[in-house]
Amino acid sequence: MQISNSYDYQSNAATKDAPWVKRLFVGVAVLFMVAMLVIPLMAVFYEAFKGGWQLYLAALVEPEALQAIKLTLITAAIVLPINMIMGLAIAWLVTRYQFRGKQLVTTLLDLPFSVSPVVAGLMFVLLFGVNSFVGGWLESMGIQVIFAVPGIVLATLFVTFPFIARELIPLMQSQGDSEEQAALTLGANGWQTFWHVTIPNIKWALLYGLILTNARAMGEFGAVSVVSGHIRGETNTMPLLVEIAYNEYNFTAAFALSSILAALALLTLLVQQVMTKLQTRKFAKATRLQAAPKLPVSANGKLDDDNSANLAANTKALNESA
Amino acid sequence: MPAAPTVTAQKRSWFSRLNKRHVLPGFGLSMGITVLSLSLLVVLPFAMMAFTTAQMGWSGFIETITQPQVFAAIKLSLWMSFAAMLTNMVFGTLVAWVLVRYEFWGKSLINALVDLPFALPTAVTGISLATLYAPNGLIGQWFDKIGIKVAFTPLGIWLALVVVSFPFIVRAVQPVLAELSVEFEEAAAVLGANRLKTFNKVILPELMPALLMGAGMMFARATGEYGSVIFIAGNIPMQSEILPLIIISKLEQFDIQGASAVALFMLLISFVILLTINIVQWKLSRRVGAR
Repeated sequence: MQISNSYDYQSNAATKDAPWVKRLFVGVAVLFMVAMLVIPLMAVFYEAFKGGWQLYLAALVEPEALQAIKLTLITAAIVLPINMIMGLAIAWLVTRYQFRGKQLVTTLLDLPFSVSPVVAGLMFVLLFGVNSFVGGWLESMGIQVIFAVPGIVLATLFVTFPFIARELIPLMQSQGDSEEQAALTLGANGWQTFWHVTIPNIKWALLYGLILTNARAMGEFGAVSVVSGHIRGETNTMPLLVEIAYNEYNFTAAFALSSILAALALLTLLVQQVMTKLQTRKFAKATRLQAAPKLPVSANGKLDDDNSANLAANTKALNESA
Repeated sequence: MPAAPTVTAQKRSWFSRLNKRHVLPGFGLSMGITVLSLSLLVVLPFAMMAFTTAQMGWSGFIETITQPQVFAAIKLSLWMSFAAMLTNMVFGTLVAWVLVRYEFWGKSLINALVDLPFALPTAVTGISLATLYAPNGLIGQWFDKIGIKVAFTPLGIWLALVVVSFPFIVRAVQPVLAELSVEFEEAAAVLGANRLKTFNKVILPELMPALLMGAGMMFARATGEYGSVIFIAGNIPMQSEILPLIIISKLEQFDIQGASAVALFMLLISFVILLTINIVQWKLSRRVGAR
């Protein structure tokens, strides 16, 4: 989520490109994006609805499909709150305190991003498989982790847990802790500070992190595929059932389930766009507030003409960039 | 009773050394949750994998890696990831350039769609590409007419990798390009350089660290990619079988040690990539930083 600058490159002689260069570059870029991303996305919906509405709906109310949707929702419902608590705790720890081993925490936080999902799944099989020490012990207690729901939840947790902290850390870093300190000085206790000062400041980033986590949790394939065991009617999530249906040439079912996941992905992108807009507006507001103290205010409280013109120009530029 | 206070003082000093500036409450709680979650979810699984591979020893590790089927998969995964990386270095930079430098109709839509491969589940990308590029598919039939098979060949693997790892380079280059001050280009123009020369000599060196960072992340992701590739790859042993699939098939044969050896090798690949990026970036920043 970066804030784009509003510099007009094409009216500066030094950064202006020839019109044919511009047309060629835009053409190639758009063509590439359409061929690589838009057509595959369209194809999902086209294949899903090729046989008509009835077939589409019939494919989704199959018992196996319903079970997969239910398991996916359950997994997301378990993963989301856990991830939220972990993400908030890690972001709070990293941005509010100086301590030894901070670098280690951020490095470990990034690890799930650089590990193949299949390797992530394998690690949990090694840890909780029946042959392992922990897995054998849990098995003797009657708890099955691998090829069961707990394994699916653990693998999903592993691949999704950096998302929320990664969204929160830059924001909380830039906001600093002066508002929390002010709240404490005014006599609020820790929880009051957290609920009434920190949460309102980060709620949008937190929401976006949750939506990202949700999209990834519902769509995770590789890691879940390794730990699930593909037991029919029991441990198939939506992406796993997509694979099974596709391999059985049941394309309508495969693409019908895919269309739900694709709609979820589009929703995620939409929220991301709205978030960026909000962020830009907030940035504009913050810039205006920062600019305010610099403006010499005359004794009667009016702004100097000079500075109000400046302010208007700034606001206009920021509005254009938004 | 001088002994007791000394002990508590020592204990507290150890803890306060851990937490140098302790103004806001909640250090203990957030530290507790962080340590618990990171050790259960990250440290423990990694340690277990290292332990399992250590049990089979160095010779067993080498023997697994050099099995013909595994070795072919390593070569295939690395080559296809490399080809996808080169493709995205060109097109990713181009898309970033277009998004930063030009105004055109539909720009914000294109900008939003860049992240689609991150949001779309890999299995969905996989079956969609496989259906489109199959010999009787909407796009595949045209390639079939001119004698090119895309699906079920390494070409299909390359295509899937290009699609799923596309956002990395765009999102790495775009902010740097937007932050780049125009004074450099103005100076180059004043000194008589044309646009191509300005790009090669002025803009590209500035973009290089970000571009390499994005390329490295992309390469690491591509070598480990599974969901989008398996549908279009055809998975023919020795021909179009990727490295993550080897792990899956070893697991299905209950060869857990073999699977973890291959997994450790994949982790080593990402480690080497990240190390290389850091070294190259350090070298580049030293050269550029001399300015």
